[in-house]
Amino acid sequence: MSAPHSSHSGSHNATPAKGFYGWMEARLPALSLFNKTLRDFPEPKNLSYLWNFGSLAGIVLVIMILSGIVLATQYTPHVDMAFDSVERIMRDVNYGWLIRYIHANGASFFFLVVFIHMFRGLYYGSYKKPRELLWILGVIIFLLMMATAFMGYVLPWGQMSFWGATVITNLFSAIPLVGEGIVQWLWGGFAVGNPTLNRFFALHYLFPFVIVGVVIFHIWALHVVGSNNPLGIDVREERDQIPFHPYYTFKDLFGLSVFLFFFALFVFYAPNYLGHPDNYIPADPLVTPAHIVPEWYFLPFYAMLRAITFDIGIPFTDIVFVEAKLGGVLVMFGAIGVLFILPWLDRSPVRSGRFRPLFKPCYWLFFVCCVFLGYVGAKPADATLLGLPLQWFGLLGIVYYFAYFLVLLPFVLPKLEKVPELPVSIADAYSEKSSGKQKAAKEQNPTEEGQAE
Amino acid sequence: MSDASQDPPTRRDFLLLTGTAMTAVGTGAAVWPLIDSLSPSAEVLALATVEVNLANIEAGQSLTVVWRSKPVFVRHRTEQEINQAAQATERDLIDPEADSARAVRPEWLVIVGICTHLGCIPLGQKTGDNRGEFGGWFCPCHGSHYDTSGRIRKGPAPKNLTVPEYRFLDDTRILIG
Repeated sequence: MSAPHSSHSGSHNATPAKGFYGWMEARLPALSLFNKTLRDFPEPKNLSYLWNFGSLAGIVLVIMILSGIVLATQYTPHVDMAFDSVERIMRDVNYGWLIRYIHANGASFFFLVVFIHMFRGLYYGSYKKPRELLWILGVIIFLLMMATAFMGYVLPWGQMSFWGATVITNLFSAIPLVGEGIVQWLWGGFAVGNPTLNRFFALHYLFPFVIVGVVIFHIWALHVVGSNNPLGIDVREERDQIPFHPYYTFKDLFGLSVFLFFFALFVFYAPNYLGHPDNYIPADPLVTPAHIVPEWYFLPFYAMLRAITFDIGIPFTDIVFVEAKLGGVLVMFGAIGVLFILPWLDRSPVRSGRFRPLFKPCYWLFFVCCVFLGYVGAKPADATLLGLPLQWFGLLGIVYYFAYFLVLLPFVLPKLEKVPELPVSIADAYSEKSSGKQKAAKEQNPTEEGQAE
Repeated sequence: MSDASQDPPTRRDFLLLTGTAMTAVGTGAAVWPLIDSLSPSAEVLALATVEVNLANIEAGQSLTVVWRSKPVFVRHRTEQEINQAAQATERDLIDPEADSARAVRPEWLVIVGICTHLGCIPLGQKTGDNRGEFGGWFCPCHGSHYDTSGRIRKGPAPKNLTVPEYRFLDDTRILIG
């Protein structure tokens, strides 16, 4: 990695720099750090558009922090005033509606971008050696995002805010012995109330900056091991790579403009499409809405939480190892926990799914399974499908989710799949592909060439 | 290594051990107030009891009162409801408990109206509410069915609805808490 790197940044290192740059470098080499990370950083030349989503997630994080800070200057974290202060932002504060809709829809788009980023990593084996830690840092960011989004959703203090907070904090009551105590400690009372709202506001403000911290480590780790690429093979030589700037800065800017087009579509034309009408009803601790659902990005996890409706123990006896409630909680957290050990579960030596004929259908079934679990999570608890309880299908989905990680990747696929012949060089594969394109273009338009002659 | 461990402890070893131990204790003492400050505060704990007048609740009717910011269901049960609750045997119950152990006087059922699954408020207090398959309460969040004694019969909730501590002040008044 370092050999091709130096050729791009060599001009800065050869002689001591002069002027302001040199003065800065001698005291704090921050400018050269930016140069190395955002300008000269060598990237594989064959990255597809799926590699846009990492930097895009970073940009959305900045959008969320900026809009969030502005909202915080107008918001009141008190149970009697929170709902009204949000309505004041919507009606009276200059551009308050715009900033709030950017922040609310931004959360959804943040998750969308991160989900694509994660599914890309899953397909191309971006979690495999030497990128294990890079992946794990990403999972930590994802967990922090979930916590932040959850606490942010509580702040408007509508019905969904209140009951979402009640259901999620009650998850901890499933912990044996100390569960009840932990829940009261989280609430600061006997139910979700003012102390809860206050601390959620404080933490919702804090966590994004913790995320920024982990993101810095994430990018740091990325710059040590380098980006994966669609072929999944290692960078070998200088001609496999191109510098980040101008090639990927402009590709990322183009991706950003496409993203902003869709984002603006929601912010301006369907700002409440992803929300729930119930959250425009002020929180009422005595009335639970008929149908509680989380935001769409939590739906697959919500389906897992609900699907375990039976105690797990020895059949036909009263011996219970795991109560249903704890079972659901364990399954839900296990679904994310399994991502932490994924780098060691997938034992195929091939990174990219492109060269794994059996992995491909398993992967796409896994993708469909996640979407389907989202569908299950969106439906009422007693919904049916084809005349059978929907939850049974939900259970099937959960079984496949875990089987993919715990059975297919470690045991079945490495045994059945032959190790294919991989391309040797990114540069060769790349030039073959582009020369193939030129050939195809020539074959399509032979007359044009003839006319030109 | 083994030689060093056989040496008699020195003054320095003693200082290191006691110093480390006191640092650990000191850190704990400094962190605990920060952690415990998040626990329910004195003014929250002070709102501990509530008195309920039962005189105006006809048989078959229910009242919801707020105690410690939780809803408490007070149900004036009918003959039929009492019988239904008494008939359930241990086999039918997920969290076996006799109805007689849950009601001080059989016609009055006092329970905390919070689903023991994840804390939603079950339906069944208003006329026309879905009361579930066992005629008591039904939690719309994740589909838990409670019977006329507030016991869990079907669904993901692990426990019966909690009976709060309460006593009859006279025939028409109870004190919860």
